[in-house]
Amino acid sequence: MSQNLQKLKYDVVIIGAGGAGLRAAVEARESGLRVAIICKSLFGKAHTVMAEGGAAASMGNANSNDNWMVHFRDTMRGGKFLNHYRMAELHAKESPDRIWELEVWGALFDRTKEGKISQRNFGGHEYPRLAHVGDRTGLELIRTMQQKIVALQQADKAEYGDAEANLKVYAELTVTDILKENGKVAGVYGYWRENGDEVLVEAPAVVIATGGVGKTFKITSNSWEGTGDGHALALKAGANLKDMEFLQFHPTGMVWPPSVRGILVTESVRGEGGVLTNNKGERFMFNYIPDVFKDKYATTPEEADRWYEDQDNNRRPPELLPRDEVARAINSEVKAGRGTEHGGVFLDVSKRLPAEVIKKRLPSMWHQFYELAGVDITKEPMEVGPTCHYVMGGVEVDPDTAAAIGVPGLFAAGEVAGGMHGSNRLGGNSLSDLLVFGRRAGMGAAEYLKSNGSNPVSDATIKAAADRIEAPFKNQGGENAYSLHQELQEVAHNLVGIIRTGSELKDAIAKIAQIRERSQKVTVAGDRKFNPGFHLAFDLDNMLLVAESTAKSAILREESRGGHTRDDFPAMDNKWRQVNHIASYNGSEVVVKAQALAAIPKELFDLFDIHELEKYMTPEEVAKGGTN
Amino acid sequence: MSGVFSPTRAKIKERTLRTDKWWLEPAITFGVLFSFVIYATFRAFEGANYYKDHLISPFYSPCLSQACVPEATLFGWTPVSAQVFNFALSPALIILIFPLGFRMTCYYYRKAYYRAFWLSPPACAVAEPHTKYTGETRAPLILQNAHRWFFYAGLVFNVILTYDAVLAFKGKDGQWGAFSVGTIVLSLSAAMLWMYSLSCHTCRHTVGGRLKHFSKHPIRYKLWSWVSVLNHSHQKFAWYSLAAVAFADIYVRQVSTGAWTNYYFFS
Amino acid sequence: MARKLNLRIWRGDATDGGLKDVVVDVNEGEVVLDVIHRVQATQMGDLAVRWNCKAGKCGSCSMEINGKPRLACMTQVASFDEDETITVTPLRAFPIIKDLVTDVSFNYKKAMEIPAYSHPKDLAPGEARMEQVDVERSQEFRKCIECFLCQDTCHVIRDHEENKPSFAGPRFFIRIAELDMHPLDTLKNRKRTAQEEHGLGMCNITKCCTEVCPEHIKITDNAIIPMKERVVDIKYDPARMFSGLLRREKRS
Repeated sequence: MSQNLQKLKYDVVIIGAGGAGLRAAVEARESGLRVAIICKSLFGKAHTVMAEGGAAASMGNANSNDNWMVHFRDTMRGGKFLNHYRMAELHAKESPDRIWELEVWGALFDRTKEGKISQRNFGGHEYPRLAHVGDRTGLELIRTMQQKIVALQQADKAEYGDAEANLKVYAELTVTDILKENGKVAGVYGYWRENGDEVLVEAPAVVIATGGVGKTFKITSNSWEGTGDGHALALKAGANLKDMEFLQFHPTGMVWPPSVRGILVTESVRGEGGVLTNNKGERFMFNYIPDVFKDKYATTPEEADRWYEDQDNNRRPPELLPRDEVARAINSEVKAGRGTEHGGVFLDVSKRLPAEVIKKRLPSMWHQFYELAGVDITKEPMEVGPTCHYVMGGVEVDPDTAAAIGVPGLFAAGEVAGGMHGSNRLGGNSLSDLLVFGRRAGMGAAEYLKSNGSNPVSDATIKAAADRIEAPFKNQGGENAYSLHQELQEVAHNLVGIIRTGSELKDAIAKIAQIRERSQKVTVAGDRKFNPGFHLAFDLDNMLLVAESTAKSAILREESRGGHTRDDFPAMDNKWRQVNHIASYNGSEVVVKAQALAAIPKELFDLFDIHELEKYMTPEEVAKGGTN
Repeated sequence: MSGVFSPTRAKIKERTLRTDKWWLEPAITFGVLFSFVIYATFRAFEGANYYKDHLISPFYSPCLSQACVPEATLFGWTPVSAQVFNFALSPALIILIFPLGFRMTCYYYRKAYYRAFWLSPPACAVAEPHTKYTGETRAPLILQNAHRWFFYAGLVFNVILTYDAVLAFKGKDGQWGAFSVGTIVLSLSAAMLWMYSLSCHTCRHTVGGRLKHFSKHPIRYKLWSWVSVLNHSHQKFAWYSLAAVAFADIYVRQVSTGAWTNYYFFS
Repeated sequence: MARKLNLRIWRGDATDGGLKDVVVDVNEGEVVLDVIHRVQATQMGDLAVRWNCKAGKCGSCSMEINGKPRLACMTQVASFDEDETITVTPLRAFPIIKDLVTDVSFNYKKAMEIPAYSHPKDLAPGEARMEQVDVERSQEFRKCIECFLCQDTCHVIRDHEENKPSFAGPRFFIRIAELDMHPLDTLKNRKRTAQEEHGLGMCNITKCCTEVCPEHIKITDNAIIPMKERVVDIKYDPARMFSGLLRREKRS
């Protein structure tokens, strides 16, 4: 145990200061709780800032036909009906309030002519639905909530004389364990990145809001923080991970030049008229419209082009199909030898819109590629391909309270939580997801604390957590964390990536186990002071658990659906829709089992056209209708 | 030790690690502004050679002293105060405070001379030599807030100098319709002064910048948009107008001493 | 393709430190952060550097490159001569922690001192109506990614540690301007407090903040000078001084 162990006490600890974490913190503080927010980076740098397109909410500002039911349908359709219906329902119903509330806190969204919040089109959404600020909506969300936190602290200062008396941000702190006593959450253990000193935060409720897992893969849009920490912490604390086989590969990540590899080209580029072409100059997306979408998308370039002008009388261009469809299409084109020399396809907006309009509508896209790589998107096409972007799977939670199933006192919200998006997430649904469920996690924690008081941490528990942190310095194995990380990324990308087969997955599971074996021998050079090699040793552990969960879930699912494509089982199978895969950790390895999906109640079932449901459900399910 | 050499900061002994020619811009600014000040001082005290054949030097307009040559006075007017005190100072000394004050308090020139003359800082990320700094929070620099007063005064001057430029359309014998090199020089000087004033930050603020809701004041919003465009080039107009005014004075002086002859395209 | 690059990196902590020379491979199209990562993975496993998005959107990898405050992810190696040595140091206005990482907590303290947005009490969520032209000025300032390069380059605190308590810095002047220009904000005294509490008058508008802003926010022209002008409105305006409006405003 470190000599100068810092001990703190709070009602709630929130791990992660992205959108979900901050929203949870606001809710918990406003419920009267003492709240600590912990983040790995500086405050305000969370990956949420990267979200460009917008936040989906059926406010109906751009098209008054929109309402929560339409949004709910779109979300279920996008997730191929694997979503937890209740999460999709809560999300669709509450998103507008969450957006309007941001405005009360000072957010400045782009406006319609009537002065309302402007809403834009996005893939999979029937109406223009995304509240946005140019193409930096995520930054607006983070900044607004960051400033809301400051406002709450200023109120505390006025009342208690200390701004940080009841709400404090602990930045650059890594959590290595969620501690439990008597079967319930008791706090978290971690270390300061700055000096390696250890910290114990005792708290009877913990909210995990750590975001995604992208760094497990070689090409990803995620930052270094996306190492699946929350997924792994929850697993080790006894919670379950649900649907881990479903990963969203954003169809349009930059593949060239290398300095911007993996970086996203927002869907708005396609929404504003950008088209995808192969190396023969063909607009290939027309060849990839799946049957379930045949009547919703244009079949000719002429009709698609008319849609940009007149959306009521034309069907939308196939470039705006859900992300998984577009990603698969690009992958097929490249595999068929019709890709660019760097393994992507062309995305061109330069021939469709004047340079000035592009700069006005997509300012940070233009700015980013021009400055990062010298690419001028108003003059030349971009080279794009699939990049690992989002994990649909995550901690299995109760929809209403965001409480993790199986661990009293543990909550999860945002990308780290599973179920909301089913097998595939619609663009724009993640920003609203983290607002809706971030708030619910804060409420859930407050409710839980009404009947659960403090739960002191024992010395034995502290010692176990401290020993784990000391391990990499004691190890003599000589393994290098950087090279193991690279090997894991290769395995994940090649064998558990966008297109999977049973034999490769088997291979992957074996290789991940080997890397895990070797990771026990990782040795760290230097001391504890701001040492990235030391930090990576812990991240690696987390990514290995995530990769194992994904591979083991993927090998069981013998069909293709949303963010899970099996070359050996290319079709979607309605029987598989009735099943979620639940991963848990037995202390030495991840175990995955199937679990029946929650049945959709009648009033939600009836929102759909029966013929549409027939595409996703078995005849027996359709005949039965919703549950009562 | 303070600033970048404070004990808490990373220990780097260089004042700056910039490798570009960061000193060039302040050096040029210093050279040009310093030359102008020397020349202007000399001219202000000279008290002569500012008028010839309906051309009046902008340094001497409006000419408000007892000492004024009668043709150079504004509408033939000498203020009562000048008569009472038998104010025979060089006419330039009485008025130069206004255009100089406008430039001294200008948001662009402030940047230029704080950097070039006061080295505060000499260039970005180059440590400044001063141990103390209070900025524009106390006297005398708090007087920079008088920029708006000088802006209004400057507008009056612009009107007068425009009137002078109109007078330059008179021929030697006083008949209208003449056009000479002097006409161009004075017109250009007046035009540049207008551009300098209109592109000024205070102007941008007064026409519309101060509003909270542009949507409720469409005309002022339009004006603000126009001035904002000009404001991008405020630095350019600051230099162009300085050069144009200085040259107008040199030109009138040379013509007045007879060194140069004012060429008439038609008279 | 790959060539060798001479890099000098400042390494050390609060007790001591200095520039260390390394030679590292560099590929076409790479930025300085790519090269630093390569150094970290191959030569200096414990080299401390902050970064997150590597896309110029989060403002984490702020450092000084050849003496200029910049984002390492937005500085292309190709923008230097091939035989040029690139020198990389931590931000020099803030206390050093280790290598390229500094303690930027000053900025978070200042953020807490700026009074928050104040929404009209009678305006329920969803009822706000704002015109696009009225939000655009504030939106420019909300582009800020909080890289704190403007704070780092500002000589008021870079060269004068003792000014830190009384000076909010460019990042927070744009925050004040954003709120003062916000169409719905109800707090009236932002102009006065900007000058009297947050040190607006310390700024001598030498524009270094604007020069280094990676988001190209016109910090000086669009925020600081307009705020100075707004202070003139309530304190030094000739017309108002004469008409006695000034005194009335003071009372309100």
